[in-house]
Amino acid sequence: MTGFLQSGPVHVALEAGALTAVVSGLVGVFVVLRGQSFAGHALGDLGTLGGSGAYLANVNPLWGFVGVGAVVAGAMDLLGVQGRRGRDVATGVVLGAALGISALLLYLDTTTTSTTGATITVLFGSLFAVSPGTVPPMAGLACLGVVAVAFVYRPLLLASVHPELASIRGVPIRAVTLGFLVLMGVTVSLTSMVVGTILSPALLIGPPAVALRLSRRPPVAMAMAAGLGLVATWGGVVLAYASQTWPPAHAGWPISFFVVAIIFVAFVAVELPSRLVRPKRGPD
Amino acid sequence: MSTLPAPAEAASGQAEPVLKVEGVSVSFGARRVLDEVSFTVGRGELVGMIGANGAGKTTAFRVVLGLLPADTGTVTRPHRGIGYVPQKVAIDADTPIRARDLVSLGVDGERFGIRLPSRARRRRVDEMLEAVGAARFADTRVGTLSGGELQRVLIAHALVGDPALLIMDEPLANLDIKSGHEIVELVARLTEEHGLAVLLSAHDMNALLPHMDRVVYLAEGRAVSGTTAEVVRSDVLSRLYRYPVRVLDVDGTLVIVGGHDVRVR
Repeated sequence: MTGFLQSGPVHVALEAGALTAVVSGLVGVFVVLRGQSFAGHALGDLGTLGGSGAYLANVNPLWGFVGVGAVVAGAMDLLGVQGRRGRDVATGVVLGAALGISALLLYLDTTTTSTTGATITVLFGSLFAVSPGTVPPMAGLACLGVVAVAFVYRPLLLASVHPELASIRGVPIRAVTLGFLVLMGVTVSLTSMVVGTILSPALLIGPPAVALRLSRRPPVAMAMAAGLGLVATWGGVVLAYASQTWPPAHAGWPISFFVVAIIFVAFVAVELPSRLVRPKRGPD
Repeated sequence: MSTLPAPAEAASGQAEPVLKVEGVSVSFGARRVLDEVSFTVGRGELVGMIGANGAGKTTAFRVVLGLLPADTGTVTRPHRGIGYVPQKVAIDADTPIRARDLVSLGVDGERFGIRLPSRARRRRVDEMLEAVGAARFADTRVGTLSGGELQRVLIAHALVGDPALLIMDEPLANLDIKSGHEIVELVARLTEEHGLAVLLSAHDMNALLPHMDRVVYLAEGRAVSGTTAEVVRSDVLSRLYRYPVRVLDVDGTLVIVGGHDVRVR
């Protein structure tokens, strides 16, 4: 582990991971609360399109993720596919088509440009490959996300508990819903930078799911989710750095594997006891 | 404000109107859902809106609440606002909202931006939870409360902003007999003690009969309104329902029963 803190890529990875963990913890609690995990998956899938396209255009993948995320979030709201009932065949076909086009773009990336790692980077993330110049825009987006959550907190919470209670109090439900979906799009673009588009829902939804098992209060759950996200991303960076001495290749295991593994272990740890003690939770 | 009528006068039907609905009609396409509906709810009055499913109760509420524009007619709402308890609120057991959080969102849940914790707000929320008998489960997740408990919390959420009118859509629909009676008694007490005006809908009015001052009966989009004594009679109800209905006196409590085996004499 010598040289861990002297390494440039490690610094960048820790910074990018921390920024992402905090904002995805805050936003993710609302995603789980609102039952919009599926929208998170869809945004991740479609983000692949942006990321792979960005590589082809020789642009930082962050901008590909953000651009597609914001646009797709808006489109999803207009089409009304973000809710629990929106997972219909049409949505599946659209997501499938997006990943199909992404497959083509990734093929073109790897054959026509020198960026051989594009496929792994876009789909599974490679935090050590994030350029130092990407950190400031990621910090900007993360700050924007935190401010947005604070701004929309009360109306969004009320609308999440019961839309009718919110609309009767004059909450502009449509605007709040659309705004939150765009916020989700931006957040997913950050988590895609850390663990890739395929695994981005794990970082967006995993820590909040654990936190919501442990706390009855949204602000506390948000702090816990951000904390767990931080533990997972930093733990992932440390373990990936350490794994450079591990078999088989002594080349270091992917950070994403460790990040997702830590989140999963935490999830099982809080979920399993409650399932064993209470096999059924009341009359559902 | 001029001198207000006491609740006792309110019961006699001369109460200062808090809500005035005049000649309201609403059509969805070719279907006329509300047809020239008029009624008032006065200060200190508990008014029941009665009607079968699909009679237009929910539409009438949406117009009163300002969520749906009326094609014709006018609605005069109280300046102090309306508290509302919707029908069938189902909240996931996992939702991390305690009873006190939901009541607190009743104070200013529509506002954007950060809110700092304040002692005055906390006291107000505690008072409200106490007033509806919900203090015992103030820190319980709302999704795990029983139907009657949740109904109390929703009433506190609706009333914490001190509105002049409380509207409840089918508050008894999912409650057992005991919880239903307790909720009606709670609402009746709040009506009397705070001079609140209450408009609530029900398809079964038995639980409401002891406390209801006036009835607005809706059928096929048309409304008939009157005092409980005027409307809750075997002949009037049978005509309204177009079905044999009898009002019985069981040990001093009025009970409404209906069916082909009940003969109206």
